[in-house]
Amino acid sequence: MVMTRQLISSNWGNIQPESVEEYAMAGGFAGLKKALSMQPDEIIAEIKTAKLLGRGGAAYPAGAKWEQLRAIPHSPKYIVCNGDEGEPGTFKDKMLLSQDPLRVIEGMTIAAYVFGSQDGYIYIRGEYLGIQKVFQQAIDNAVKEGYLGSRILGTDLTFNIHITSGAGAYICGENSALLNSIEGKPGYPRIKPPHLAEVGLFSMPTLVNNVETFSAVPTIVMEGGEKYLSYGTPDSGGTKLICLSGLSRRNGVYEIPFGVTLRDIIYGSEIGGGIARGKKLKFFHIGGQSGPCGTPDQLDTPYCYKALKSAGLSAGSGAIVVLDESVCIIDYLKGVTEFFIHESCGKCTPCREGNQKVHDILCKLSNGMAVEQDIALLKRLSSMMTNASFCGLGQSATVALDTCLKHFAEEFDAHLQQKCPAGVCFEEQERVAI
Amino acid sequence: MKKQLTRDKVLKIIQANGCSKERLLSILLEIQQASGHNSVDEEWAQLVAEQVQMPITQLYNVLTFYAMFSTKQRGKFVIEICKSTPCHVTKSDEIVKMFGDELGIGISETTPDNLFTLMHTGCVGACDIGPVAKIGEQVYGNLTRKKVADIVASYREVEQHGYDTAANLL
Repeated sequence: MVMTRQLISSNWGNIQPESVEEYAMAGGFAGLKKALSMQPDEIIAEIKTAKLLGRGGAAYPAGAKWEQLRAIPHSPKYIVCNGDEGEPGTFKDKMLLSQDPLRVIEGMTIAAYVFGSQDGYIYIRGEYLGIQKVFQQAIDNAVKEGYLGSRILGTDLTFNIHITSGAGAYICGENSALLNSIEGKPGYPRIKPPHLAEVGLFSMPTLVNNVETFSAVPTIVMEGGEKYLSYGTPDSGGTKLICLSGLSRRNGVYEIPFGVTLRDIIYGSEIGGGIARGKKLKFFHIGGQSGPCGTPDQLDTPYCYKALKSAGLSAGSGAIVVLDESVCIIDYLKGVTEFFIHESCGKCTPCREGNQKVHDILCKLSNGMAVEQDIALLKRLSSMMTNASFCGLGQSATVALDTCLKHFAEEFDAHLQQKCPAGVCFEEQERVAI
Repeated sequence: MKKQLTRDKVLKIIQANGCSKERLLSILLEIQQASGHNSVDEEWAQLVAEQVQMPITQLYNVLTFYAMFSTKQRGKFVIEICKSTPCHVTKSDEIVKMFGDELGIGISETTPDNLFTLMHTGCVGACDIGPVAKIGEQVYGNLTRKKVADIVASYREVEQHGYDTAANLL
């Protein structure tokens, strides 16, 4: 089986990223040219056939999202690209934005053609300030060569892309918070419904897709939905960028066809190459900080949406943090929870206070003060946060905790007896609070 | 501390960005960067609010919501250590201590000469080369005690001699 496939990563390191000429030489803009000769509904049909699921983490079917927006009669419609990659362990959009920005531009422009949009926004996180400059250069070059701006490639299509910078807020990766941020407001999430397709940016119908999702669109248009689907599995079309980090031997971004097993990813010589320093895999944290933790006995699960889901795992953003036996579950979860305390926007109580309380109990576990009832309290808190939080951030903040409570119950018990199997807790001083 | 920004300079930044709410975060980031002390002064916040036609209270709401902004003066160079789990398991805590040893300060503190501030940050998207530190736009990865010492020395040199040796360390 093929372990890696370059559908959207083929240009990385091979072309001058902002050069229209080099991008076109490498086959770029062929998707846009073909798209301009098709009917908008045909393009949406291809995306549906391709089974392209949102690559930012939520895995919402892109074809259905496009179809819903297409059915809404109001205009103008805005095209928004979510490049607020803030998920720890995820650095794939950084590669697309910095190494192949014109592919993202091409995908957004195809969307503009489908929806008759004149304006698009790309929201790039503030930590990627240098990349924003590369992207702006790519936009300017595309305008100069007639691939963007007015009367694109001699047609009636006029489309401009504006860059909006983030400024350090994970919550802005949530689509409605992101739109608020573009409007110059704090990035608080909005209540849904109304959905963004109806009331989005500046209260107008809006399409929001991830950088990687837009990047796949030119390939789907060019090769056809069926062909794209065939690269993956019957339920998960095409390829996914995955990001290996933590204690893997070969950390980095890899483009894999769906269907490759987690074992191939973590141990395969073409991808992860095993665990650094010859240690043993203890667990892996998949999909981002809000994703589940998996154990070595789940390694034969194929990496595709359906199989991961039935194994209690999820693809999420594509992050896979590899952890070895030296990592303590409690200490790790403290790190995860500190992240959510820092990134909770504070709008709703379950998320704002819940994460604090979870952290308090984890600290009690790691300094030997916890009692048995604390475990039950952890579970109750987690269920409360999942059910009562306003947006996805709070709802999924304890996914890692839940899976660890299930897979590593004995390690929680050991901490109740003031024993840390990994030898991390009870010796070190308290980590500095945020 | 010597004031580096003037009303004209701030207006120029606003105009160059296109004076719109969609560019608000970029405008504020640029002002902060040009301030010399990594913060947005009330005077300039007021001016931005007027220009983009937004009440100052709303602008303050924005400034205090986003983690990259500070309304209090910080060091000329803000050293941000990522503490997300991929960096945590590659021992970012030790990196904080190493920077602390080099600079003689703890986390969230500024050196007496106002040159460095040491901070924690969320993910900077360089998880493959953890543990990492970010200074301005520059990200330094796979840090060791030697690299930490070199980085601090290079920024001190930038300050003394006014030229950029920091880039050579990447």
